Amino acid sequence: MSETARRAEIWRVAGAVCDPEIPVLTIADMGVLRDVRVVGEVIEIDITPTYSGCPAMNMIALELETTLEAAGFGRPRINLVLSPAWTTDFLTDDAREKLRAYGIAPPAKAAGRRGLFGVEHVPCPRCGSYLTEEIAPFGSTSCKSLWRCQSCREPFDYFKCH
Amino acid sequence: MATTSITVQATPLLAYLLKRADDALILGHRLSEWCGAAPLMEEEMALANMGLDLIGQARALYGYAAEREGAGRTEDDYAYRRDERAFGNLLLLEQPNGDFAQTMVRQLLYSAFIDPYWRALMTSPDATLAAIAAKSEKESAYHLRHASEWVIRLGDGTAESHRRAQAALERLWPYTGELFAPEDEALVGLVANPPTLRAAWRETLSRVLAQATLTMPTDGWMQSGGRAGAHSEHLGHLLAELQYLPRTYPGAVW
Repeated sequence: MSETARRAEIWRVAGAVCDPEIPVLTIADMGVLRDVRVVGEVIEIDITPTYSGCPAMNMIALELETTLEAAGFGRPRINLVLSPAWTTDFLTDDAREKLRAYGIAPPAKAAGRRGLFGVEHVPCPRCGSYLTEEIAPFGSTSCKSLWRCQSCREPFDYFKCH
Repeated sequence: MATTSITVQATPLLAYLLKRADDALILGHRLSEWCGAAPLMEEEMALANMGLDLIGQARALYGYAAEREGAGRTEDDYAYRRDERAFGNLLLLEQPNGDFAQTMVRQLLYSAFIDPYWRALMTSPDATLAAIAAKSEKESAYHLRHASEWVIRLGDGTAESHRRAQAALERLWPYTGELFAPEDEALVGLVANPPTLRAAWRETLSRVLAQATLTMPTDGWMQSGGRAGAHSEHLGHLLAELQYLPRTYPGAVW
């Protein structure tokens, strides 16, 4: 296998590792997987945390080690990189649709101060209604807030802009 | 006598990293004390979430300190194996949670400072510091918003919530002077200097407190000492809990 092909294959295998808290998304979908480098026999993988204290990072690093070892690539070296800071804009369109189908309202695009502090209009992931309201700014994980739909009355998680 | 304590020979940069990390760790730990005791479920999650962000920031800073010290230490060594006098956190952050108003006022006083502080640090020529700041700034902005909303709701709420919020403000005010202590001269140009952020801090507070119908206390005697390791009686108790396990069972791992 050529160096390039090997790197692409490692990227594919590594990128298929799922986020332990949002199992419908892979770390490639999330934009958590940042880089793969092959230096001789050593494989280096860069991942970036969504939030500083995200407890999923340890799980993801462990999953990467076992997945790559199982695929015959040996144990990779995992680096945690902070720059560029993760943003919800790293989420692919495909990832947004997967989130919505899973019942989590995807973040609005072009995250930033406006998204963080402006009035947000979040459509219900179940019925699509815009008649929704925030129940709590902090939800079940660092990256989500808790909302409620006033049309279908269902509560739902919103993947907040970051 | 055997000891599990470590002593760090701190250069100006190392001392800087440790005190900023200590700030985040100690406040994060205080917030974690609300677990199971918050006034409502949603707030239980909010306090734990903010605590987690802060502990994450502390880990990044301790991790970088370990790299710069180059003595083979890890983030855990700094958090668990330094004695009280080696901690350089702000006195404000080790103050007990008190009631919910006091916790939220403390959060506001710190967030209103650290949010513009991280933003200023994003332009540091030290790439790692700039990256940590860029990460932390997003989180502190959210904390500032949350604390502001609560202080406004408490101040402009019932007579009782107003009284408690004002009392918390008076009680914690003497600890705010320490926020603006200048950095070591050796770090000029490398890190943001706190005195330059005082105006922005007062401006944020004036806006929030006016909306909360609370009165900003007048500056009087300011208590300091945290940065030099001279702490209030509360830090020792906090560390006793925080460090108990690794001190009692040295080398214990999951």
